[in-house]
Amino acid sequence: MAIFLTENSKVIVQGITGSEGMKHTRRMLKAGTNVVGGVNPRKAGQKVDFDGQSLPVFASVQEAMAETGADTSVVFVPPAFAKSAVIEAIDAAIGLVVVITEGIPVHDSVAFWNHAESKGNQTRIVGPNCPGIASPDKSNAGITPADITGSGPIGLVSKSGTLTYQLMYELRDVGFSTSVGIGGDPVIGTTHIDCLKAFEEDPETKAIVMIGEIGGDAEERAADFIKAHVTKPVVAYIAGFTAPPGKTMGHAGAIISGSAGTADAKKDALEAAGVKVGKTPSETANLMREIVKGL
Amino acid sequence: MDLYEYQGRALFARHSVPVLDGGVATTPQEAVELAERLGDRVVVKAQVKVGGRGKAGGVKLADTVAEANTHATNILGMDIKGHTVEKVMLTVTADIDSEYYFSYLLDRANRTFLCIASTEGGMEIEEVAKTAPEKVVKTPIDAGVGVTPEIAGQIADQAGFPADLRDQLVDVFVKLWDAFVAEDATLVEVNPLVRTPEGKVLALDAKVTLDENADFRHAENAEFEDKSAVDPLEQRAKDAGLNYVKLDGQVGIIGNGAGLVMSTLDVVAYAGERHGGVKPANFLDIGGGASAAVMAGGLEVVLSDPQVRSVFVNVFGGITACDEVANGIIGALQMLADRGEDVTKPLVVRLDGNNAEIGRKILADANHPLVTEVDTMDAAADKAAELANKEA
Repeated sequence: MAIFLTENSKVIVQGITGSEGMKHTRRMLKAGTNVVGGVNPRKAGQKVDFDGQSLPVFASVQEAMAETGADTSVVFVPPAFAKSAVIEAIDAAIGLVVVITEGIPVHDSVAFWNHAESKGNQTRIVGPNCPGIASPDKSNAGITPADITGSGPIGLVSKSGTLTYQLMYELRDVGFSTSVGIGGDPVIGTTHIDCLKAFEEDPETKAIVMIGEIGGDAEERAADFIKAHVTKPVVAYIAGFTAPPGKTMGHAGAIISGSAGTADAKKDALEAAGVKVGKTPSETANLMREIVKGL
Repeated sequence: MDLYEYQGRALFARHSVPVLDGGVATTPQEAVELAERLGDRVVVKAQVKVGGRGKAGGVKLADTVAEANTHATNILGMDIKGHTVEKVMLTVTADIDSEYYFSYLLDRANRTFLCIASTEGGMEIEEVAKTAPEKVVKTPIDAGVGVTPEIAGQIADQAGFPADLRDQLVDVFVKLWDAFVAEDATLVEVNPLVRTPEGKVLALDAKVTLDENADFRHAENAEFEDKSAVDPLEQRAKDAGLNYVKLDGQVGIIGNGAGLVMSTLDVVAYAGERHGGVKPANFLDIGGGASAAVMAGGLEVVLSDPQVRSVFVNVFGGITACDEVANGIIGALQMLADRGEDVTKPLVVRLDGNNAEIGRKILADANHPLVTEVDTMDAAADKAAELANKEA
């Protein structure tokens, strides 16, 4: 098992004909992902060739689902068109839409989240501005490098891409069930809590690494959730202890405003919930390694 | 992007929110001309993106043009909490009967928008929320519906605004919502929103934050960007398409990915505790690509910070292979040398991930006198801090 994305997932790519879409579709196929087609209304009916494998381009998500049985979409379309792409996926009632696109206006993210809610949240949204989901040796939906690590007992949830890769690399001797990059934007679909809940229920996942960063209060809310609902061991890492207030650190959501969103507040909340918090990525990996040894 | 008050006021006016007549001046002469046009009594307000300007003497009433001149002269150039006043706004004055608070903002946790309204305006809303929480009314806004006149009326009633102002308030609330949506704002705050003795509703202040991700559909708002207030290195990096934030330390930082760079700042700060208290000099995310050209652009910005004494290049090869990154670093140093730049500061490079072994070998073979390769992030941070301390 894994969460959200398994070897049975059938994946389509919205924006398959763009340069990012092409590049990463090729990588996903190489990682063993069952990519069954793509969507671009202007190129419907065409085929795209990936190292000898030919994938069909459909006019809409609905058509792609009807023709291929796809249950997962990965969105690479540019920011200006991302809102309508995600809304199209929601209207087609696909189970999972992974939004890789960086730089989507927050009013657009609020709009597609609102739309998903109005449809009863039949569609899980991951992202935007995220590396996607990787279930090593099973499937990879997004841009997470597939060759960092193999499968294993650790579940990982993170706002940041490269920090995810770093932790996966440090713990490659142990391996991962699923790694979910939830994205660094102020408004995201799937949250730390959604992932913690899924990892708690996933029999393959034995321990959880949670990576957070400054801004917002998602980590504090995750701490409350862990205290009440998570029995598996959780190790956390928070980036941005030395970040000054009022400066956006790369991610649109990573900003300390006033006294809210500091790394210290997040660390305190997590430790109060019994979570071990590493000071650096390597220390975090060591904490996890100790826990895995004791399992 | 946070707007200055005068810019927020202009944005309100664009959406027909009632504001006082006025304008902005960068010199006392301009302030005099403005005061002459406005006539009568005017208020001169320092334009800074920080609170507490009234207490700092940055807000003054002027009964004559001569007084406006004096106040503008005193306020322009004034330092308010580290912000130099470059502009003053002058407006006509209004008599105030009551002061209210009103805002729309992004509610991250609930992935929607929130309206905050209070009949206790004029002071910090956080203070009101502490002392009289019942007077602060928070209403979630359904993004799919927005603020209709009906919803605006409900907000006015729930917050306890006077019934005789209801029609005017509904109009203002709807117009502010229109501005919030049309301009892609993440905050629109009016404090105070006032009632004049004649029973007129006016927005006397305007605090607006715009979403930079939406810049592509707001070419008309590019004028709000204040290049004079931006650190010159930050502007240079921005022009080069780099994500750079100037900080106050000695170790230059270059990395790929926002989270990893943030983490690098922390690890360097911890290492600095062992090496004379040196700190990170900047945040610089060169993104996934890390080609020689991008690396050169990044190195150029970091090295032109006179405070920088050593540079830590921290890259995790994910999509980009580390051999390309290593070639990028050597190529970048060559590129800068060819351009005649005087590169003398030591570089510590840590490569991990995809093709790290090959990347490290490329650096070893190049044997560049300024480059030290260290295998782990912690040890590399320590080395960079040590070098920065030594170079002092």
